[in-house]
Amino acid sequence: MNPLYKPPLISRRMLRLTFRNYKVWRKLTLPSISMNVLEPLVFLFGFGLGVGALIGDIEGTDYLQYIAAGMVGYGAMQSASFEALYSAFTRMHVQRTWQGILNTPMTLDDVLLGEWVWAGMKGAMAGVAMLLVVVVLGLAESWLALPFIMLVIILTALAFSAIGLAVNALANSYDFFSYYFTLFITPMMMLSGAFFPIAVLPAPLQIVSAFLPLTHSVELVRPFMTGGDIALSQMALSVVVLLIYTTAGLYLSTILTRRRLLK
Amino acid sequence: MAAALTVDKLYKRYGEIEAVRGASFTINTGECFGILGPNGAGKSTTLQICLAQSKQDSGTIDLLGYTMPEQVLAARQKVGVVPQQDNLDPDFNCIENLTVYAHYFGLQLSAAKINELLEFSGLSTRAHARITTLSGGMQRRLTLARALVNDPEFIFLDEPTTGLDPQARHLIWERLRRLQDTNKTLLLTTHFMEEAERLCNRVAIMDNGQIIAIGTPATLVTECIEKEVVEIYGADIENWLASRQSLYDRYEQFGQLAYCYSNDAIALVQALQAEGRNFTHRPANLEDVFLRLTGRDLRE
Repeated sequence: MNPLYKPPLISRRMLRLTFRNYKVWRKLTLPSISMNVLEPLVFLFGFGLGVGALIGDIEGTDYLQYIAAGMVGYGAMQSASFEALYSAFTRMHVQRTWQGILNTPMTLDDVLLGEWVWAGMKGAMAGVAMLLVVVVLGLAESWLALPFIMLVIILTALAFSAIGLAVNALANSYDFFSYYFTLFITPMMMLSGAFFPIAVLPAPLQIVSAFLPLTHSVELVRPFMTGGDIALSQMALSVVVLLIYTTAGLYLSTILTRRRLLK
Repeated sequence: MAAALTVDKLYKRYGEIEAVRGASFTINTGECFGILGPNGAGKSTTLQICLAQSKQDSGTIDLLGYTMPEQVLAARQKVGVVPQQDNLDPDFNCIENLTVYAHYFGLQLSAAKINELLEFSGLSTRAHARITTLSGGMQRRLTLARALVNDPEFIFLDEPTTGLDPQARHLIWERLRRLQDTNKTLLLTTHFMEEAERLCNRVAIMDNGQIIAIGTPATLVTECIEKEVVEIYGADIENWLASRQSLYDRYEQFGQLAYCYSNDAIALVQALQAEGRNFTHRPANLEDVFLRLTGRDLRE
């Protein structure tokens, strides 16, 4: 087998890089978390109070509560994506931090997996911070569901971290990422059921929606937040889709990054 | 003396370009070994392959008893690297750059070790300064200190003084000599012949992916070139030299400047003095050897 296509070798060494990123983050913890929560909050109140005043309930749920479920996943997605794209690109290409690390007993797989864990952690922190806001606002139906919602947040963040790192491996400059956000992230927000039920979309777009990771994140979070029903088969399907995005994204980012940096 | 690095028949091709074509050399423990060569000669590629940053097409490398690239992680635990471009971590201050880098080796630096490294880099008073506030020379010294966090047996230095002013360069040289005194093995690439002559026990001259000469700087100067050089300036220099061929062994012309090589230049010097011509008379050095072996054409 061509070594380029070998799956990444998982070693605890990767946490050395995760720890490095954590040390940098610790210098700016509060502003960093605030910024991660601010954007989903703007959506939550902007749409929740504005549009919510016009339409009242949606599928039997108060509209503010309805989109709160979407904003938790959105916060995790956004934060993980930014870290895996802009921040990882800065360390890989601009500051050449990775090159320095690759002169130590660390492999490229270690570096990439460390970045993946870190962007996943950042996404998870943003999602959980948003969840706390939702709880404080009294928009979560049951405390008992919170650990499960957190697991979904973590899975969502790890999936977008993995996809983001694959895109990062293809980037020539920061400009490249605006394609990713404009063509993938933003449409996905609209098609994921975060703001309105997927059922109102035209049939072809419903099919597209079923393949998007954020759709499944929202699908899992919402019933646990609003106390609605979810079939076990739907739950299993959504978890599997997110796991597939995570695994495939991670494998793809490993190959693409090796192709980029190992000559 | 035991070999610290043995490179045997190394080949590396990037697409159409043959970057390294059969390079072989051995570096002894405790030695400072220099690789000289024009741009594109294959110096950096050779270094990259020795560090397993790049994989050779063929040829073997033994670094401190480890086969590269197969045993790269074990080897890197005992190796320090000063890269061509500084890649200190701008998100951290000087101390953090050392401690975080040590952590990549799985090491925790003691306070005494941190102080020692800061002292070595001459940055004891700037311990908490951000990297972006340091001068180019300070950054280079910190990069050098960072390469020592794991107390390496072998240190690779890729053009360690390129881009530094003379003061900063002399300070780096002084530090490298300190390292030699502690019996560390050094491999450095450089464009500066003076650097190689001052620091290196032996040098290899590389061109077009091959090593074309190897030896102590003094041996290379004795064996590869005449003893003396006379540099003569003037518009009509070619005609003047053409009629006095007995005064020198050979010459190279470069615009209005001629380099005359001779094992005994007294007669030539007397003739030049008699005519009041503009000239410089000096012993041959490593740069003359280098230019003789690699030619005077620009490599761009």
